[in-house]
Order: sequence, then C-alpha cells, then structure tokens
Amino acid sequence: MLTVYPYFLKAAWVTIQLSVLTTILGLFCGGLGAAARLSRFVVLRYIGAAYVSFIRGTPALIQLFILYFGGPQIGIQLDAFEAGVIGLGVNIGAYMTETIRGAIISIDKGQIEAARTLGMSRGQSFRKVVLPQAMRLMIRPLGVNINALIKGTALVAAISVVELTYTAQRYIGSTYKPFEMFLISGILYMIIIYITSRAVTWLDNKAKIV
Amino acid sequence: MDTEKPFVDIRHAQKSYGSLEVLKDISLKVNRGEIVAIIGPSGSGKSTLLRAINDLDPLTGGEVWLEDVQVNKTLPHRQYEKHINHVRQNIGMVFQHFNLFPHLNVRENITLAPRMLKGLTVDEANTLAEEQLDKVGMLERIDYYPSQLSGGQKQRVAIARALAMKPKVMLFDEATSALDPELVEEVNLVMKKLAEEHMTMIIVTHEMGFAESVCDRVLFMDQGVVVEEGPPSVIFRNPENERTKNFLRKHLASNKE
Ligand SMILES: Nc1ncnc2c1ncn2[C@@H]1O[C@H](COP(=O)(O)OP(=O)(O)O)[C@@H](O)[C@H]1O
Ligand SMILES: [Mg+2]
Repeated sequence: MLTVYPYFLKAAWVTIQLSVLTTILGLFCGGLGAAARLSRFVVLRYIGAAYVSFIRGTPALIQLFILYFGGPQIGIQLDAFEAGVIGLGVNIGAYMTETIRGAIISIDKGQIEAARTLGMSRGQSFRKVVLPQAMRLMIRPLGVNINALIKGTALVAAISVVELTYTAQRYIGSTYKPFEMFLISGILYMIIIYITSRAVTWLDNKAKIV
Repeated sequence: MDTEKPFVDIRHAQKSYGSLEVLKDISLKVNRGEIVAIIGPSGSGKSTLLRAINDLDPLTGGEVWLEDVQVNKTLPHRQYEKHINHVRQNIGMVFQHFNLFPHLNVRENITLAPRMLKGLTVDEANTLAEEQLDKVGMLERIDYYPSQLSGGQKQRVAIARALAMKPKVMLFDEATSALDPELVEEVNLVMKKLAEEHMTMIIVTHEMGFAESVCDRVLFMDQGVVVEEGPPSVIFRNPENERTKNFLRKHLASNKE
C-alpha cells in the first residue's frame, strides 16, 4: 500500500493547482460579473444576471460535461485539466459575482454621497471609498466560495483529471482498500482546506481597520 | 451687502417623486457671508432643497446658481459630470450621520479629496489637514480612525474635511441631530466660529436656540413651500403665520419633555 502514497501526493498537487487557478479565474469572472450586474447599462446588467442564473441553476457537473464533451462539437478543444479549470472557474465566478456585488452594495450610500459632495467622480468615489471598504467585507464570504470550490474540484474526476478523487478511485482496483484510499484523499483535502481557511482568517484580520 | 448679486440663487425650485411634489416653486437668494437657517417639520422638504443646491438630489424644475454658474444646467452626461464635480468642490456639505470614510484615518479623510482633485502634494495636503483640524479643535486626533472618535468629534472632522476644499458655501443638514445632547455644543461652537469668519452657510436645523443666535435669516418650510421667512427675532418671537406658530409651539413643548 505504501507504494501508492507518492501518487496521492502528486494528486494533491494537481488539486492544489486546480484550486489556485480556479480561484484566480473565479475572481476574474466574479469581478467582471459584479461590474456587469452593477453597471449603468441595462444590457450589461442583463448579461450579468443571465450568467449568474444559468450557472446557479444547473449542476456544475453538467457544466463541465458541456464544456469537455460538448466543446469539441462547437470547436472548443480542451484537455481535461484545462476544461476543469475553466469549467470550475466560470462556475465559482457566478457565486463570487454575487459575493462581490453583495459587499459593494452593502456600503452605505452616505459614503458615496460624501465623496461626490467633495467633487469626486463616480469612478474616483468607487475606487477610493467604496471598493476599499467592500474588499474588506468580501474576504470572508469569498473564503466560503473558495472552500466550496476546493471541494468542487473533486468533480473533475468525472472527466479523468488525475487529482485526489480520481486517484483514490484508480487505486481501489489494485489495493482492494476503498476505505483507506478515500480516507487518504479526504485527509489531504482537509489539509488543503485547513491551510486555505487559516490564510483567509489571517487576511481578514490583517484587513481590519483598527 | 444688500445690493450685491446673490451668492446662492435658487429660482423656482420644483421637485417631484412620481406624483409626490416635495418642493413647490421655492425661490431663495443667499448673499455672500449670509447665514440662513431652514426649519420645519420632518418631511417638509428641507433636505431635498439643501441637496438640490449641489445637485445631490436633482431638481425636476427650476434653477440653482452659485455666483455666475448654473449648478444644474443641462449638458450631455460626460460633460455634466465634469461640470458638477467641479462645482461641488465649491460647496461643502455636512451630513447628519457624518459619513466619514471609516477605512481612512482622520488625516486621510481630509487629504483624500484635495490631493486627488487639486493635485496637492503630500506635504501641502498635510499642512492643510493640520490647519483645518486645528480650527475644529481636532488636531491631536489626526492619526485616529473614525471608529475611535465620539459623534461630536466625528462631526468636527467632517466639517474640517469639507472646509479643506475651501468651499464658497457650506451646507449643513441637521449636523447635530444624531448627537448625544452633551456633544451638540462642541459642534455648534465650530459652526459659530465659521459664522464669525463670515462663511456663507445654509443650515437645516431643529435647534431653534442655535438658529436664533447664529443666523441672519430663518426660513420656515412646510409641505414643500416656504411658509414664512424673516430675521430670527421675528420668526421665533413674532411669527405671523399660523403654521409657523403651531410648529414652534409643538417644537418647544416636545423639547421641554
Ligand atoms: N428618494 C425619495 N423617493 C420618494 N420620496 C422621497 C425621497 N426622498 C425624499 N422623499 C420624500 O420627500 C419629502 C421631503 O423629504 P425631505 O426633504 O427629506 O424632508 P425633511 O428633510 O424636511 O425632513 C418627504 O415626504 C419624503 O418622504
Ligand atoms: Mg431631512
């Protein structure tokens, strides 16, 4: 059984890579999504809303299958890892859209009024007054999104990305020890999530104003 | 001073929210250095009128002028934004709930706009902040954050922040209404000081005593119209209109409770 451990460590590394890349793409999509949802232009608001409802209204697994198996049919050729990152990133981006938007709209209207009254433009008020406050508020809820995303990476086993869940399944056949195999991958997930949540807490404390 | 052109000139201000008419043809001229109080029951349109002056709540009819510039002139969106941002630098506003920026300390609250909009250097902005804080008696709190200040201190910082833009006129919307009674006086003192320096001020207030001691003129508003206006001695001692009398009587009664 010892011989399978290195494969699990390798798989954990894949899960970490997936998680990091997905988080980056998710934050990017979330930022764009929130900007669209809060735009002055109704068309952009509509696109943002459609994005969020499509993603939240369908299973992530179906979204992955559409991208990975359906993609080639419309000329999108991705390997499993790429499809995993893009599928999961776009997926979590919809949830992050709502997190980011929620933090932004929770900033008191009086803050914008004070900034505008001093002569600051819409953009200046947003960048210097609203966003810095909203960023602090969104750290924890984004941490919740990231936690969900890390667990969600297990889904890409279904498109054969050799990450933790897939690796556990693969070595059941040779070891006949499903309990241990899944327990090992579970523990590795837990370690990754624990470290991430500590990082989020650290960041949140660091961002406290006084 | 009477012959001078008005400094702030509100002409036939009209404002509706849907079918609700909140301001009904209000005109108001304020001269340079003049201090005007606006009193009246809640919901009478005082804030709406004040906030129309810097176009925070745009009018649906009428004009607002500051010296030779029409504040609410009709322009394409981009040009209008440029125009109004420039005009607003000349109009200081103080809110009931202070609206200090909680993520910035006192110094940064004050220097943010002058640095960004007037291109002041760090040193120039710091000197400016120190001057203004000294004026409101808050210099020793320059490195504090808003959450570390009392309500009265916050409001004094908010006044300093507005003054740092060197405005031509200051608007106060119930600047002391959210304060504990024992903190009202320190803010009133700052406003009195500004009055002595002949700052042009328009003050929405519920404090009749303060209005009487500081203001040159008092407007009583009710249901979107100016019911009565005149010097404080007349409005507070010998009002003519029944609605003014009623309001003052009720107000005095409720204050004595
Ligand atoms: N955004 C708004 N939408 C609809 N009605 C409003 C809005 N803002 C103010 N009003 C109404 O306008 C009237 C005047 O409000 P306001 O100027 O705040 O009065 P005051 O400051 O004298 O208490 C009130 O009846 C209020 O309900
Ligand atoms: Mg009001």
